[in-house]
Amino acid sequence: MSTTFLTLTASKVGLTVGLLAIAAATPGCGGKTEAGGISPQVMADSLYSVIAADRATYTIEVVNRLQDKEKVIKADEHFQDAKALPLPAQMFRMGAERVQKNGATFSYSLLSQWPINKQNAPKTEAEKAGLKAIESGKNFYTEETIAGKKYFTAAYPDKAVAEACGNCHNAHQDSPRKDFKLGDIIGGVVIRIPLDKS
Amino acid sequence: MSPRLPVICFALVTVILGGYYGAPFFHQGDQLAHLPGETSHAHHQIELACDQCHTPFGGVKNEACSKCHGEALTSENDSHPDGKFTDPRNAERSAGLDARSCVTCHREHVPDRTLVGVTVPGDFCVKCHADVFEERPSHKDFATDSCSNAGCHNFHDNRALYEDFLVKHLHEPEQLANLRVPLRGASQIVAGASATDAGADAEAPDASADAQTTDPTEPTDAGPPWPKALTAKDRDAPTEAGDDPALTTEWVKTAHSGAGVNCKGCHQQTDPASGAAAWQSKLDHTACAGCHRAEDTGFLQGLHGMRLASKLPPMTPGLAQLPMKADMSHAQLGCNSCHKAHTFDTSYAAVEACIGCHDDQHTLAYKASRHFLLWEQEQQGKAAKGTGVSCATCHLPREVHQEGGHSRVQVQHNQNANLRPNDKMLRSVCMSCHGLGFSIDALADPEMTRRNFNGRPGRHVTSLEMAEKRLKKKTGE
Repeated sequence: MSTTFLTLTASKVGLTVGLLAIAAATPGCGGKTEAGGISPQVMADSLYSVIAADRATYTIEVVNRLQDKEKVIKADEHFQDAKALPLPAQMFRMGAERVQKNGATFSYSLLSQWPINKQNAPKTEAEKAGLKAIESGKNFYTEETIAGKKYFTAAYPDKAVAEACGNCHNAHQDSPRKDFKLGDIIGGVVIRIPLDKS
Repeated sequence: MSPRLPVICFALVTVILGGYYGAPFFHQGDQLAHLPGETSHAHHQIELACDQCHTPFGGVKNEACSKCHGEALTSENDSHPDGKFTDPRNAERSAGLDARSCVTCHREHVPDRTLVGVTVPGDFCVKCHADVFEERPSHKDFATDSCSNAGCHNFHDNRALYEDFLVKHLHEPEQLANLRVPLRGASQIVAGASATDAGADAEAPDASADAQTTDPTEPTDAGPPWPKALTAKDRDAPTEAGDDPALTTEWVKTAHSGAGVNCKGCHQQTDPASGAAAWQSKLDHTACAGCHRAEDTGFLQGLHGMRLASKLPPMTPGLAQLPMKADMSHAQLGCNSCHKAHTFDTSYAAVEACIGCHDDQHTLAYKASRHFLLWEQEQQGKAAKGTGVSCATCHLPREVHQEGGHSRVQVQHNQNANLRPNDKMLRSVCMSCHGLGFSIDALADPEMTRRNFNGRPGRHVTSLEMAEKRLKKKTGE
């Protein structure tokens, strides 16, 4: 694990500070904390715990329940036109883009070795290594430099938490893999935290 | 020679040159001579309001663009928002084409434009989508600069061109069964306004029309939705305003009197500084905006009102780049330019007001078109309401907004909102009456535009066939 510690500027990443405060006070978040800083891994793990919980809740309690079980409303890629629910992957992306728009310095994305949208295939060496490593179900941590900036990059396995996940991926025309089952790792959540002070 | 002489000379020259080049930035009339290059059709009207786009030392920031265009980008589900490119994993792409910044693709004061409003080479899509020719073999023979061709893809507003939409509209006839646009009806109710703007002359749906709008005249539990109708004896203009019976008669015939809007409702204006209310004979767009807020917002965003939005004198046809009638060169554009005061005849505003100024091929061809024939028939009561096609039908389209389970029809007064690229018209206009395939072909043929859509398209875009081919492959047909 990196020994580099991140100093956060409260004015730039208010959300992050809040999350870190929760993470630091919450037993079992992992990583170590020291006065004046918090490790990038603790921060990434904390962010992931929130992202993954929201993602699973939306998938299970909204999409899977209303679309697949109660058959009340469908989830659709073109949800505005179809008067439908956004797909869980779209919900994830919209949140990530909104976080960026709000000025956060960290970023996160949902990638896969079998992406329906090819733009979501692993691209950097860290992403390729991370997506490969998380096939075992374990988290992956590294540092990488992109466009001259150094990042702490973490990858976490993203599992099919409901039947709806596999149903959609297996049925989609552009899906490179069509044998996903409940509990399979479909992709990974990649979180990047800048290590350079700015 | 004094040793201080060179310093004094340098200071003097600096002051003179600084004054010469700097003065125009403080005097609008002189700024034209210092523009770095020709301004585009979109912005030439406000080219003297430099601070509308430029920051003193920070160049042109996205905020300057989104101030006018942000709302439209949001409403059209911009498929390439800048937030998509701020993720570090896209840094390599941003180095090739920095899509985080509007001015990367939309530069001003430059001579070379590759597409409408675009100043980068037309093959910009492949900088990120280079694998499209492998992923979609159907695209392998397409030129790399043809992605944005009419009927193919639209970088920001792709709502009429995405694959599922094409599939949904396969094999539609050239003319649909229900040839009509939504009828104007209830619009927004402005809190605190003296009346609603339920359309100065809202159209009552005829018997054959679909019930597309809420009925503004329907009583609610809270009572009638607006004050009682006024008659000539209710007129509240002060004595000094004079008494023109013709104006009173015109007013009584309008929906303004019907909605309880008296003379003072428009002419009694409050001085923002003193707070005192006083009678004003001549009114500008702000008098209308009190009730017609959405229409005023659209007007100020479009080419007709953007100068007012930039605190410049009103637009005149003489300032336009498009051909305009010479005798209208000095007419100043405001609400009453098209909606004549006291009559507010929307039929006039929909056609005659436009052709009174515009003098280009497209406009001149209108009255020989099938669209105009339909408009005439509607105006003469020979055809159902909503079946005619006026200038406003296409350029100030009727938008249906869904709110609280009800439909609300509102006329978009930004005439530029659906104009470029022209496939933005597909959903907002063409598909009210025509099938998607025919509509795409018609818009892809520039001659059709020049002929004001008289005759048949001379071009065919294969987007729908390609979507159908993929569909058949998916379903195993």
